[in-house]
Amino acid sequence: MINLETPRKFRPFIKQAHQVAEEFLRANSRKYDLAEHAYPKELDLLASLVDGMGDSGQGQGAGAAGVRRDETDEDDKGSKVKNGTNMSSVLSIIEMCWADVGLLLSMPRQGLGNSAIASVANEEQLERFKGTWAAMAITEPSFGSDSAAITTTAVKDGDAYILNGEKIFVTAGDRADSVVVWATLDKSLGRAAIKSFLVPKSLPGIRVERLEHKLGIRSSDTAVIVLDNCRVPAENLLGNPEIDTKQGFAGAMATFDNTRPLVAGMAVGCARAALEDVRRLLEDAGVVIDYDRPVQSQSYAAATFIAMEADWEAALLLTLEAAWLADNRKPNSMEASMAKAKAGRVGNQITLRCVELAGTLGYSETELVEKWARDSKILDIFEGTQQIQQLIVARRLLNLTSSELR
Amino acid sequence: MGIGLAVLNRIASSPTIDKLKLRKTTEKAVYQGAKSGFRVAGATTRTFKRVKSSGKPKRLARTSDSGVFDLEPTEDQQMIVGVIKEFAAEVLRPGAEAAESANDTPKEVLAQTSEFGLTLLNIPESLGGLSEDRSAVTGVLVAEALAEGDMGQAVACLAPAAVATAISLWGSDAQQQTYLPAFAGDDIPTAALAVAEPRPLFDPFELQTTGVTTDSGFRLNGVKSAVVRGAEAELFVVAVDIEGRGPTLVLLESSTDGVTIEADPGMGLRAAGLSRLVLTDVDIPADAILGDGSTDDYRECVRLSRLAWAGLALGAARAVLDYVSDYVKTRTAFGEPIAHRQAVAFMVADIAIELEGMRLTTLRAASRAEQGADYAREVALARRLTAEYGMKIGTDGVQLLGGHGFVKEHPVERWYRDLRAIGLMEGAVLV
Repeated sequence: MINLETPRKFRPFIKQAHQVAEEFLRANSRKYDLAEHAYPKELDLLASLVDGMGDSGQGQGAGAAGVRRDETDEDDKGSKVKNGTNMSSVLSIIEMCWADVGLLLSMPRQGLGNSAIASVANEEQLERFKGTWAAMAITEPSFGSDSAAITTTAVKDGDAYILNGEKIFVTAGDRADSVVVWATLDKSLGRAAIKSFLVPKSLPGIRVERLEHKLGIRSSDTAVIVLDNCRVPAENLLGNPEIDTKQGFAGAMATFDNTRPLVAGMAVGCARAALEDVRRLLEDAGVVIDYDRPVQSQSYAAATFIAMEADWEAALLLTLEAAWLADNRKPNSMEASMAKAKAGRVGNQITLRCVELAGTLGYSETELVEKWARDSKILDIFEGTQQIQQLIVARRLLNLTSSELR
Repeated sequence: MGIGLAVLNRIASSPTIDKLKLRKTTEKAVYQGAKSGFRVAGATTRTFKRVKSSGKPKRLARTSDSGVFDLEPTEDQQMIVGVIKEFAAEVLRPGAEAAESANDTPKEVLAQTSEFGLTLLNIPESLGGLSEDRSAVTGVLVAEALAEGDMGQAVACLAPAAVATAISLWGSDAQQQTYLPAFAGDDIPTAALAVAEPRPLFDPFELQTTGVTTDSGFRLNGVKSAVVRGAEAELFVVAVDIEGRGPTLVLLESSTDGVTIEADPGMGLRAAGLSRLVLTDVDIPADAILGDGSTDDYRECVRLSRLAWAGLALGAARAVLDYVSDYVKTRTAFGEPIAHRQAVAFMVADIAIELEGMRLTTLRAASRAEQGADYAREVALARRLTAEYGMKIGTDGVQLLGGHGFVKEHPVERWYRDLRAIGLMEGAVLV
């Protein structure tokens, strides 16, 4: 039966997540935006809280690690349809990013590398890597979107792989205690030879080179990581070590089907913050927003607000759809990209337009809306840019290969 | 969902399943050319026999909130939509061009949809209908499926159901007893819900069609537009600003003195036979006010009508997406299919993305409506998205075919004209 409301069983948990987000994240939002690279120590306490919520079962998948697809949920017995951890993760991330995207990205043990582990690790690895805080390292100085162009190498040497290369744009790369590094076993074999490795930062040969200064999400550290003859145990290769040229990139890319809805959720949360604040500012200024009157007959500000809210609603529901499909073990690659494309672009457009509507007040650091307008830009770029999402959607829709639609 | 087996029985026994026969009857339909310029008195084919009230009006129950996020339609819904999709593909789509030039929808087509029980979906079982519960979601899915075939004919098919739905949702017991049996019978009355008025920035909450109090009831004056198949209509539900009450729905039989109909064809939806309803000193009795005439009922009528238009937009936009997806893969330029170019492929991707977003938003509004939750916001957002992106999909559909999209060889130019209706229409259809 078609119903698009927040699942009843998640409502108390979402309410709790919202309160936590408000008290721990929103309250420290400006502080760590100004103090770029300072460690937000308030998050240690919060992370323990999230771990506790996860272990108690009431808030499974409070963060990025909750995207695994294979467990069953007692609550949904008797119902064919499942609302699981993909859904609860996305809902929780929306609340957290309503408060602060950068601080969410700095949540201990909830890195995108943790999503990769949850998505592709085997049971043994899952157990062994429990409790680690894993960053994700794909991008290199010579490429961004073209992840098949990886030059970081992994060479088998006895019971280990030797990794060499330089990784950039590693979110939480400084604060995390391990990094999921993408490297090629054999450059001549193309995509199929690309594997991911969990590299503990305690190993010799991995170091943080420097941290970036950024437009937004300043409370999140973005690191350059160098691998210099870093010897990684062979059992830290995530997924299948064989080079399967038929399967190609599909295995590695499966992570993205699970993480893109999370990033879409970040954009949805960030944009909701801007919409809520700007609505308050507009209503204080005497603007009336009426859902029944035709927008053509309302003020420009009211009409703009309704148009923004409509785009936001579409982004939210596309995001929930992608998570719902994952929870119900249906293919969601196209829908995940649709969600990321729509949420990424409207998240950015909405926050920027909110600054415009709020005038010099919105532009000023006295309000947070200018910050959200800076934070939102990255959400249309990382985990696959707007253009990459369009490529994925178009290829699926038109049934074209990557050599036909390049 | 409460639609129950009755509707499925009806559909299963419908001769529409026999596609060939249907196609023939559609092709047989012969019509005169444009009706533009004709001005006729209201149709006088039927008098509705007044029935006195015998109790409280029957109302459909709310659907209960399942508490589970779910995008899967019920089995009943899947079956109904399956049959209607087939009907849309086999009958409405092939007949779209002929219906458009006739400025009307063939009677055979209308008869088929009443056979499916479209008008019965929101009439309570106790009054001869098929429903126990409200299902706005079913309404949206049906509108979507019909419009995927042809939006103009879809509007014509849904117009009588809008009146039946209005009477069953808000009518008094006497009104339900008087009118609904006809809608549940074999010969379904032609009927239209008239809300819009022909002027810029029309606001359904500030009507210029007025009703002043007389000794026996009210005297109506004004002009309504977007009246579906007005010349054929036997019964109208009209939005009127009644003295002392504000915007109110009233029942008006077409044979009433002072009712005239003017053909008012527009850029699209021509098969819907859009007309103006001109009211000149039309006297109606006091009990012609639909139900208790509350502003809340009227407000709900405006919202449910917008929801139906959003549903129609989804179908037409889907038609565009499927059509251009095939076209860009077969049309070649510079030695390869144009789909191989990002400039082309990304336009198609965006059509799919926006369509999915507006579809989910519309379904959310519908599910909230049937569960009795507040849905004003959700309807406004669905209307906004379908108006903006529905039209964008319409114009991109033509653009992707280039010059070929501009000529009538392909249906995309018709969908372009039809989709312009979304976001400006009020009334006419309801879910």
